[in-house]
Amino acid sequence: MKNIFTITKKEFLETFFSPLAYVFLVVFVVLVYWFFFSDLFLLNQASLRGVFNWVPLIFLVFLPAITMGKWSEEKKSGTLEILLTLPVKDFEIVLGKFLSSFLFLLVALFLTTPLVGLVALLGDLDGGAIWGGYLGLIFLGAASLAIGLFISSLTESAIIAFIISFLILFGLLLIGESVVLSFLPKLFASFLSSLSLSQHFQSIARGVIDSRDVLYYLSLAGYFLFLNVLSLESRKWKN
Amino acid sequence: MIRAQNITKAYGAIQAISGISFELSEGEVVGFLGPNGAGKTTTMRILAGYISPTSGKCWVEDFDIGENLILARQKIGYLPESTPLYGDMEVSGYLAYIACLRGMAKTLIPDAIKKVVQTCGLKKVIGRKIATLSKGYKQRIGLAQALIHEPPILILDEPTVGLDPNQIVEIRELIRNIGKNRTVLLSSHILSEVEQTCERMIIISEGNIVAEGSPKELAHQNQKLACRVGILATQPQIQNALTQLPDAHAENFENTNDGIVFFNLSFKGNEDHRQAIYHWTVKNNFVLMELVQEKVSLEKIFKKLTAA
Repeated sequence: MKNIFTITKKEFLETFFSPLAYVFLVVFVVLVYWFFFSDLFLLNQASLRGVFNWVPLIFLVFLPAITMGKWSEEKKSGTLEILLTLPVKDFEIVLGKFLSSFLFLLVALFLTTPLVGLVALLGDLDGGAIWGGYLGLIFLGAASLAIGLFISSLTESAIIAFIISFLILFGLLLIGESVVLSFLPKLFASFLSSLSLSQHFQSIARGVIDSRDVLYYLSLAGYFLFLNVLSLESRKWKN
Repeated sequence: MIRAQNITKAYGAIQAISGISFELSEGEVVGFLGPNGAGKTTTMRILAGYISPTSGKCWVEDFDIGENLILARQKIGYLPESTPLYGDMEVSGYLAYIACLRGMAKTLIPDAIKKVVQTCGLKKVIGRKIATLSKGYKQRIGLAQALIHEPPILILDEPTVGLDPNQIVEIRELIRNIGKNRTVLLSSHILSEVEQTCERMIIISEGNIVAEGSPKELAHQNQKLACRVGILATQPQIQNALTQLPDAHAENFENTNDGIVFFNLSFKGNEDHRQAIYHWTVKNNFVLMELVQEKVSLEKIFKKLTAA
């Protein structure tokens, strides 16, 4: 536990004080506020529903940007060799890196909370939907970060990690879209839809916390974190 | 302290290490010597627990690396080749981070940092960002992170590579001091470095140990005493007479204008053959103009042992 905390703290501070992360954080916040205010002024609607529809798309770029260098930079610079020869278990390092990225995501989401106050001032606050929306984003973000971290562990190039993570997340969002599903046989469409990041998010964002949705995100995150540990361990026996 | 038993490592069809065994006793400073690509880094990575051997076993103190990896790692300080460090961190922050992950109690860390900063001469740069420091200082930080938990064993992979001559001398001196009270395994492809820092050498070539021993022992085992001889006679006369010295091998004949023929005469073994050469020249009525015994340098031995 102590090791996980130490790695989380170091990784979080490193991300938090990196200029690139700041740029992504600012872009994320600006975009969220932009979508909110465009709804407010154009549609005369003080609601976060539009924002919750857009954020999963912003996550496609924002989350791979957080995770892209987590392993690839360590591999490229060689620091991974020191890290992996310390008396620390591989899963502790993986969890430390994941939690640091997750904390950064929480900071980013926290910066959007003033909008909740604005909605309360200007319109009717639907507590359930807002609570559900944020919870959905947290689950969606956690699963996406685990995927991004795993991809980063496979390459020495942060750019490649970013692109592949983006494509996978994009694919997982796309398979939940009715435009795509309408071309597929019903049974296959329903199977694909159950694997989609967006379907489960929309369900939670409505304010209905279904254990199946929560389980989906938790198992997705757990599965990719497990793959991440395996990918680290593969160095030992890889030819 | 460290024992490797018949370890092999294959990368696909390439055999990086082919069944090597060696042992390091407590307090020994041992040089792991070999040309680039000989298998030094692979062996060190196996000992540090970074990769696993394809077959064979390693022990650090009494811990089998395959079974008690974390316990074995606690006994080791490891500096990989090219000294990878987190450039964005400050020296003190980095050392504290490593100490923490080394399992040191929070209360002990400030004193441990002070001590290692003193040992490695990092006082001037303690508050600086690592990325802004010279290669020499980075190497010192690499050594400091390996030493912070005062491990009984140090594994250093090419610790002086890329340094300027002054920095090399400083780091060698530092390693000699560090090695006074712990076991050190140090790899290098530079013979003089190992010769000056280590009590014992293990020479590795193409994944096999080709020689082992102190620099003196190695020189003794592999030495072939040779003499440079100058005789006032013709080359055919000399070559004819050489049949009387069946153990000798003559080469590099050089005829000078004043009628002297110079050549190298070598014998198997380590005996001094100068008297025999003198008597041989007298017996053949040659005028001996020069007789100089040459010792084969360790560098020549290394070259011979590691030649592909």
